[in-house]
Amino acid sequence: MTVDGNAHVAEVEPRLLLLHHLRENLGIGGVHTGCNTTSCGACTVHIDGESVKSCTILAVQADGHEITTVRGITENGVWHPMQQAFHEAHGLQCGYCTPGMIMASISLLKENPDATEQEIRDGLEGNLCRCTGYENIVKAVQLVQQHTDELAQHAAS
Amino acid sequence: MTQAPEKFVGGGVPRKEDPALVTGRANWTDNIKLPGMLTAVFMRSPYAHAKITSVDVSAAKEQPGVVAVFTGEDLLDEYEKHPRENPAAVTGYDLSLHDRAQGHSVTGETDGEESQSSEETTRSFVAWIVHDELKIPHHDPVAHDEVNFAGEPVAVVLASDRYKAQDAIEFIEVDYEPMDVVTDLEEAMADGSPLSHEDFGTNEAYTWDLATGDIDDAFSKADVTVQGRYLQPRLIPNAIETRGVVADPDPVNGGFTLYTSTQVPHIAKAVLSSYCGIPEQRLRVVAPDVGGGFGSKLNVYSEEVIALVLARKLGVPIKWIEDRSENYLATIHGRGQVQNIEVAADSEGKILGMKVNLLADMGAYLHLNTAGIPLLGAFMYPGVYTFPAYSFECIGVYTNKTPTDAYRGAGRPEAAYAVERIMDALAAETGLDPAEVRRRNFYEPFDEPTDTPAGIQYDSGNYQLTLDRVLELADYEGLREEQRRRRESGDPVQLGIGFSTYTEICGLAPSQVLSALGAGGAGWEMAKVQMLASGNVEVITGTTPHGQGHVTSWSQIAADVLGVTPDDVEVLHGDTAIAPYGRDTYGSRSLPVGGVAVHMAAQKVVEKAKKIAAHMLEASEDDIEFEGGTFSVAGSPDQNVTMTDVAGAAYLANNLPEGMQPVLSEEYFFDPPNFTFPFGAHICVTEVDTETGFVKIRDYFGVDDCGPVINPTIVDGQLHGGIAQGVAQALYEEAVHDEEGNLTTGSMVDYLIPGAPELPNYTLERTVTPSTSNEMGVKGVGEAGTIGAPPAVINSVVDALSPYGITHVDMPASPWKVWQAIQNAQGQQAGTRDADLSGRPSQAPDSTDTEGGSVS
Repeated sequence: MTVDGNAHVAEVEPRLLLLHHLRENLGIGGVHTGCNTTSCGACTVHIDGESVKSCTILAVQADGHEITTVRGITENGVWHPMQQAFHEAHGLQCGYCTPGMIMASISLLKENPDATEQEIRDGLEGNLCRCTGYENIVKAVQLVQQHTDELAQHAAS
Repeated sequence: MTQAPEKFVGGGVPRKEDPALVTGRANWTDNIKLPGMLTAVFMRSPYAHAKITSVDVSAAKEQPGVVAVFTGEDLLDEYEKHPRENPAAVTGYDLSLHDRAQGHSVTGETDGEESQSSEETTRSFVAWIVHDELKIPHHDPVAHDEVNFAGEPVAVVLASDRYKAQDAIEFIEVDYEPMDVVTDLEEAMADGSPLSHEDFGTNEAYTWDLATGDIDDAFSKADVTVQGRYLQPRLIPNAIETRGVVADPDPVNGGFTLYTSTQVPHIAKAVLSSYCGIPEQRLRVVAPDVGGGFGSKLNVYSEEVIALVLARKLGVPIKWIEDRSENYLATIHGRGQVQNIEVAADSEGKILGMKVNLLADMGAYLHLNTAGIPLLGAFMYPGVYTFPAYSFECIGVYTNKTPTDAYRGAGRPEAAYAVERIMDALAAETGLDPAEVRRRNFYEPFDEPTDTPAGIQYDSGNYQLTLDRVLELADYEGLREEQRRRRESGDPVQLGIGFSTYTEICGLAPSQVLSALGAGGAGWEMAKVQMLASGNVEVITGTTPHGQGHVTSWSQIAADVLGVTPDDVEVLHGDTAIAPYGRDTYGSRSLPVGGVAVHMAAQKVVEKAKKIAAHMLEASEDDIEFEGGTFSVAGSPDQNVTMTDVAGAAYLANNLPEGMQPVLSEEYFFDPPNFTFPFGAHICVTEVDTETGFVKIRDYFGVDDCGPVINPTIVDGQLHGGIAQGVAQALYEEAVHDEEGNLTTGSMVDYLIPGAPELPNYTLERTVTPSTSNEMGVKGVGEAGTIGAPPAVINSVVDALSPYGITHVDMPASPWKVWQAIQNAQGQQAGTRDADLSGRPSQAPDSTDTEGGSVS
């Protein structure tokens, strides 16, 4: 599989969750374990561009696919606009749900760029945050909707 | 270093914590991997109460990858037999007291005689001895003779990886002899109840009371009395990062480094060194990045002990990461009270007296503050209202459930809920508007310490101001008009308007007061501010942030005092090797104690720097002015040196005033003279669908006063999250146990943590009433929302349903409970009696009318 642009070949037990493969075998500590039962979304990554909770699938099921984690969306040190927006909107506190929340949010806007506030809230239903009360997370997503280009420029500067 | 003419306190400085967090580069405990490290997995009891008759681990030891398996009995020699008394470890810890009060021993036999044998030393994690007669159960990290709650550890497997350790658990055979289980608080106090700890002969852990004024006189003179019986469901904190620990032995000096996802590395260091018999100076505790706590990581746990003692025993690093189901079972729960409250008032709605009686669920064991949590509430039931007589009694009750302890608010949300619910009852009884009845009982605005009915002093307050402003903000008149229209038109979706005018006790704590309450003392906090030779700044703090943004806020505080920018400042925390002294983060204490310490330490740096500047400028110190990072001679602004110059000179030490020590590095220990008392007024607007029972929060308004604000963005964030957890308590969350003591809401599927669709936006404003408890006037904000929100939400739901004659709905006000309340009320011809809203007969409200008119 390809993870954040790097090809990895490994032999793994059939039962190994993708989450644990990413964390334990590939050392990607930016994918977080929250529940192991597909409830909290902290482990959300993209597989071939679609958001997936990495505790939901087995590592072997991801064989041959392209995985993107939160570490892979920063390009040449420039944050993805969603990372910048979470920072600017104070969409995180402890930050543990944040990588998953950012990956889910990117995917949400890819599918529905003009999502309404309610659609954003519904779209992030599978990602739990215990710190922010969600308002600033929603604002972060809206910030990206409004200022994608502007943010990208700002981050680059 | 940047010369900084501007000020940063009060500005929304972007968080310095964020870059690592948004890029997935933070350092969580589970990210730590050390050579030779073994993973621990615990086997846990499926029974809430049982004798352990045998544990056979022989087959488990043979499984692939397994290095060792230990039963509870195997580990008994690993704990310190005679813990050296350490005031920092178990504040108020007194072994003789333990021996007297605990009444049972490791062997499980009643301790009728003097316990002399080393086998019989009581071990527990208790830090708050609320009462001389407090009964303290013996608490081993891994049970060996009896289990007292479902989820208690009974064996531990060490293996090369987690999957293999988990596999081996399946091969452990434990024989249990089930015992009778007690879960309900009122049943636990009834004669003949099963006993959580049979040796005590009772489930009562302690009774604690407080009385001021003449309560009988108050009630005899009353024109009206109202009473309520309210239930505080147990809550599960659910930090998204579970607990986790890595214990790393140092073979050279025999010491250990313990990485643990905790709010309290300093307290953990003291408790663990005492419990495990590791000299305190050889134990370093590090809290890496911590993914939320909410009180659940304000504790020291069995798994931390086991990781340490097994790292010592095997000489290799040991890692344990909690899984989510363990987090539900084995991390402390919050709340869990039955509250009876009664208020006497005159015909004008002026309160004459208040009586409060609580049953508080301890669960099966005492953790650090289990027994003390209800006492934090004891002082806060009078809330923002002043009156002449108050009586409070709390009975701590043992049950066969997970121990309770601090969950965000810790005792104060319970108090605010009961008093704010009863104020609505008083409004209904007197025919006054809920805002008016509150106003009539407020203190006049005050800016110096003022006595309260609970015998403490509030620091400052202006409750009218927050209430007036929130009424405007919400357009209260407009809302009432809309409510009238909807009621008249028979709209199936009714509008509810709910108030909460709360205050809370923060800034834990004056050491002498803690001591008087049985919590030992040490409520101070430490800060060290050091200017490096470059002129850059290091702030070392004893607080331990886990989402609160101390790195940013402490940088702002230090920057303003020193005349630099926040970027010039690095804040170091969460490591007992960097900050040997500290009392950690909980109870909204970090800013009003720890942040103030940073401010004071930075001022000490400026005082010393001023002396050096005067020496460098060959001027009198009295003539030196300091502004924007520059020292200058009064009247001669061209004669100046910068803070950077002074820092360099202080470091080189080749031209200092005679007798002065080199470098600019100053420490300050702040022991606050009083607590702080933030306050606010909230209005929750709900739409209640009377056909489905579904409650939607349409708007949430809050006007809060936490004194001067360091970073408004962070403060708003704390309020958002706090209100969200308060709403969660009011509408969604409840830990439910069946009669056998099984947690039936033991996963994120069964326990409703609200997601983005369930929660509203928050419309917030602030007033600023400086505290008199510290030089900065700051009060703290971490728990305000969690304390203010639950009564605002429930008052709103009840307000919407009041045309049905419904006067109370217990938390969480689920669609089922609300719908059932409506059905019952309609079945009773919209009478004034309460419905059984709990669905459980044992929790049916007492509906006996009293002369004054029972309202709940």
